[in-house]
Amino acid sequence: MSAEPQHQHPPHAQRIGTVRALLRLREYARPALPWIGLGMLASLSAQLVALSIPQVLQSIVDGPLTDGDAASVVPLALLVLGLGVLEAVLIALRRWFVLTPGTRVEASMRNALYAKLEDLPVSFHDRWPSGQLLSRAVSDLNIIRRWLSFGLVLLVVNLVVIVIGIGILVSMNWMLGLVFLVASVPLWIVGYRFEGRYSEVSRRSQDQAGDLATAVEESVHGIRVLKAFGRGKHALSTFRAQAETLRSTEIEKARLDASIWTWLIVVPAAALSVCLVLGVWLASQGVLTVGELVAFFATAAVLAWPIESIGFLLAFSLDARTATDRFFDILDTRNEITDPERPVSVERPRGELVFSDVHFRYQDAPDRFDDLLDGVDLEVRPGETMALVGLTGSGKTTMTALTTRLYDVTAGSITLDGVDIRALSREELRTHIAMAFEDATLFSASVRDNVLLGRPELTGDGGADAAGTADAAGDGPHEASGDPEVLAEAERVLAEALRIAQAGFVYGLPDGVDTKVGEEGMSLSGGQRQRLALARAVAAKPAVLVLDDPLSALDVSTEAKVEAELRSVLASTTALIVAHRPSTVMLADRVALLEYGRITAVGTHSELLRESEHYRFVISSLEDEERRQATAASDRVGRAPRDGRRDDAEAIAAAMADDGERADAAASALRELTEPDLDERGLTDREGVAR
Amino acid sequence: MSVTGVAGEERHDFTKDESQQIRARSLRLLGSLLRPVRARLWLTMAIVVVSTAAQVAGPALIAYGIDTGLPALTQGDWMPVGLAGLAYLFTGIVGAFLIAWYIRLSARISQAVLLDLRTRIFLHTQKLSLEFHESYTSGRIISRQTSDLDAIRELLDEGINQLVRGVLYMAFTGIALVVLDPVSGLVLVGALVPLVILTRWFQQRSQALFRRSRVASAKLIVQFVETMTGIRAVQAFRTERRNQKEFGRLVEDYRDVNARVIQLFGIYDPGLILIGNATVAVVLLVGGFRVIDGGLAIGVLLATLLYTRRFFDPMEDMAMFYNGYQSAASALEKISGVLEEQPSVPDPARPVDLWKADGTVRFERVEFAYTPERVILPRFDLTIPAGQTVALVGSTGAGKSTLAKLIARFYDPSDGVVELDGVDLRQLHPKDLRRAIVMVTQEAYLFSGSVADNIALGKPDATFDEIVAAARAVGAHEFIEGLPNGYDTDVNKRGGRVSAGQRQLISFARAFLADPAVLILDEATSSLDIPSERAVQEGLQSLLADRTAVIIAHRLSTVAIADRVLVMEHGRIVEDGSPAELIGGTGRFAAMHAAWRDSLV
Repeated sequence: MSAEPQHQHPPHAQRIGTVRALLRLREYARPALPWIGLGMLASLSAQLVALSIPQVLQSIVDGPLTDGDAASVVPLALLVLGLGVLEAVLIALRRWFVLTPGTRVEASMRNALYAKLEDLPVSFHDRWPSGQLLSRAVSDLNIIRRWLSFGLVLLVVNLVVIVIGIGILVSMNWMLGLVFLVASVPLWIVGYRFEGRYSEVSRRSQDQAGDLATAVEESVHGIRVLKAFGRGKHALSTFRAQAETLRSTEIEKARLDASIWTWLIVVPAAALSVCLVLGVWLASQGVLTVGELVAFFATAAVLAWPIESIGFLLAFSLDARTATDRFFDILDTRNEITDPERPVSVERPRGELVFSDVHFRYQDAPDRFDDLLDGVDLEVRPGETMALVGLTGSGKTTMTALTTRLYDVTAGSITLDGVDIRALSREELRTHIAMAFEDATLFSASVRDNVLLGRPELTGDGGADAAGTADAAGDGPHEASGDPEVLAEAERVLAEALRIAQAGFVYGLPDGVDTKVGEEGMSLSGGQRQRLALARAVAAKPAVLVLDDPLSALDVSTEAKVEAELRSVLASTTALIVAHRPSTVMLADRVALLEYGRITAVGTHSELLRESEHYRFVISSLEDEERRQATAASDRVGRAPRDGRRDDAEAIAAAMADDGERADAAASALRELTEPDLDERGLTDREGVAR
Repeated sequence: MSVTGVAGEERHDFTKDESQQIRARSLRLLGSLLRPVRARLWLTMAIVVVSTAAQVAGPALIAYGIDTGLPALTQGDWMPVGLAGLAYLFTGIVGAFLIAWYIRLSARISQAVLLDLRTRIFLHTQKLSLEFHESYTSGRIISRQTSDLDAIRELLDEGINQLVRGVLYMAFTGIALVVLDPVSGLVLVGALVPLVILTRWFQQRSQALFRRSRVASAKLIVQFVETMTGIRAVQAFRTERRNQKEFGRLVEDYRDVNARVIQLFGIYDPGLILIGNATVAVVLLVGGFRVIDGGLAIGVLLATLLYTRRFFDPMEDMAMFYNGYQSAASALEKISGVLEEQPSVPDPARPVDLWKADGTVRFERVEFAYTPERVILPRFDLTIPAGQTVALVGSTGAGKSTLAKLIARFYDPSDGVVELDGVDLRQLHPKDLRRAIVMVTQEAYLFSGSVADNIALGKPDATFDEIVAAARAVGAHEFIEGLPNGYDTDVNKRGGRVSAGQRQLISFARAFLADPAVLILDEATSSLDIPSERAVQEGLQSLLADRTAVIIAHRLSTVAIADRVLVMEHGRIVEDGSPAELIGGTGRFAAMHAAWRDSLV
């Protein structure tokens, strides 16, 4: 909650000069550069026109007005008007040249950032709060765009104008011009010092803005917890503390800003006051005409704004530099999980998944800790269903995540049909292996698109209709590709997956399978979401199915039905299932026990029950033991072993043989339960849906 | 169609009345934001007045230096020109000092306003009911708090600057011009006509575009946040490219609307400059003839020309301000919409205190429905005596969670009363309510920060020992000790490093620490392994001994510790009795229980 500000300066971030840092933008700004150049030209011309207007005024004051030549006033006034129009046109051109290309640069950088973030491994996302990512994607890129199309142009142009202006001043009168030149020296020093201090504060402020975005995000994602504990106020106070920090940073920034402004006004003012006295003296000596003096001040007046603006433009450039740095923080992050240069392809995977001496540790785990996975050896045979059992935190979920390279092994290897999974492209690997996560993520899209997420070929072009669609799916009837065969196949796969996951409730949703779910759509209960996530994994028709405690949020009867359906799928598919419950274990042909980062036992449930003390500890509860005593007798005599897993039942019965005679109420109750309830539950589901 | 609150947020086709209604509400919000800083705002303006006067004095001093100082100097009198020079320097220094002061002060104001607004949005969104959050989505709230605030920030940072200085500068220059030469002043007034017309045109066009821009940026953010939050599923199901296509579309929408705003401004801004330059030409023309006629001194004409040009100098600033204002106004419209939303579960106007709750929960003629057709819980009565542990069972969607949420006052009943110790929950002081009743949900959300921080959420002033004791009580101590930094371990974003089961243990410890009179557990142990669940249950037995508890569990192991079981079906309570009674009977619970037992091995 207290959210330590996390400033992710990458280790290699030794400071490079601001100019070099900003030059990195070339990569994205290249298409816009010619336009920016043209914009500068237009802007410069506009400024020159603005500078020339006083010259014209001078010739008017010195010429017709002094001579009383009324006839030439009109053409000269028209000249001034013409120049004025030209200035306006040039300014319009500047905008037209620069601004639209600027938005393109912003858009391409935004897309690049998004693509990079999607490509970066999960471990990256574990480290980076998404508020920091968001503030980069939105605010920082916005700053860069405005700087490119506005700040950069003005900075260059104003500097040029100042140089030219001072040149004109010198050429008008070298003495007066010299005063200006000398006066600029302190400004360079001030500017240099400002750069160093301001960059630091600017970085701090933008990082803090990112932290604040993270705090906001957490406060809305964790709203249920905050409400449940009535901790809104508490969250507010930490949020407020962060917001206050940001505020004081901003005020610090303003203080620096204020100091450079002061210099940028005082110095030219001092120069001008000297020029005024000097100029009038020179005029009195006849060195200068009155007209020349007037033109001198008029030119100096035109320079006032470019000079003052330097402070602001410098600050702007430094903010843009910070934004650029922050952008490249992400883009420069090396992706440790990449596709091989020459990916191998497994045409028809049989689904043999082998872990050989797999080690894994999280990057920031202290040295004194052993690897989380410390030499896992496990062979899942083609078509076999393997349950993975272990205590909470033993690394089961991590192990499943390794199979699709959401994380990469630190040592050892995982092979699919004998091919190291790192030799496959991630795309292919993830086609062969599908996962269902425990905390089921649904995207804002229709049920159909969510379930068929792993089958883009069935959901039209895989573009607008795909999951993650913000509105396309919800706004109108579903439009898949026109091919009726594909359509029919999609329907079939969808229906089958929903049946297997017992997710029939979706048909009772307002728009059936086209109902939009996920954050932007209808909110479903945990059990409902889990079933859709399961359906999604099943619909992907992978060679290997990896399920992370897929039934934890289901009620007992639904669980039983899902299990029954899953068996048919699992008969032909290799599966690795994380299990916390004996009921889930029952789905498996064999069970692997994960302990101290290793697989310490592999065997059937009954074998492990018999042989492994740790297994008994993990999988059986106190009541369970009581229950065992209670039902051992009835098991022995009456209970039909389910689905051919006779050996298990027998083994249990054998294990319990010495428990003696007990009642068998439970066993008979089971028989009552299973069938008659079915229809009703279907109904219930449909009603429950409404919520 | 309604435009109250967040309704119609994504529409662009507001009628005139609706548009006005929205504008009015955002102006009200702006007013209320500025009220607390009005003293400083006035001070700022005063500073700007003086500093602008100092700046405006510049050309007059130069004119004085030339017109009076030059002739005087030819006579050998240094006085006037020296004075003019000194005065010029003085005005420069004063002006610079004032501007620096002004920058600091205006930053203070804008930051104060932003802080105020941030806090208000935060507080208000926390107050809004879950129902609101479920339909409005987190992404949009985040975009209100980030990109919309950016827009307002831009206005405040640059805007006040531009506006106050611009207006005053123009006013002063205008006045000086009129004083110096009324005829030129008249020309200037004439120039205001096209100016107003142009501005009006820009306002109407840009308002609509800026509204669309806010919507486009919110959509972008929603998609971005959703992808980053669900990155595991994104990668596992290879939706990267599809997402990029979709995101690219949203980026393009946003870019397009932005480019259009910019193009619009690209007409407005040069338009203003054109008007300014034309005015200078006219002033020159009119003034030139008068100089030749001898009606005007050359110095005065020069000053007039300088003033006229300067009058339009801040025009670009003003245009930028106006642009920023339009952008910020659209953001304010969206924000004021959120702030206008009434919490459907409002805090009581006159809260009843309940210092020490016993924990008797009573439902009296309670009905819960989203709409009259969609009744979730038909009318029912239920009393849970203090200290009783009640297990709620039934299949998914039977209404268990809804009933629990009514007790936790996540929702209010559509009809009837839910009472705690005889006090209607709606009347109960929110603080007392949350202290007395705590709900632990299946979704165990962890905030960034340490494990200890997360547990302490249950009781912010808890000592470290209390935190450890709570963790021990639920059996979380061992694994926490095993984390890299023990209780100080950062749980990372969304608890990435902590497993689902461990998250649940932490959130359990949280509830344990909160020590409420009524504890509601909604599927709070679903991800635990059996030994952990066993530890939790041992903890629960002591925890629940003297308090009211409502437990929703699919796994009936938890039910064993209940005093009473309620079986729900289609929103109705169909069985009610002690576990032993029900198991012994032939009802649904007996069947469920048997099935569960069967599932154990």
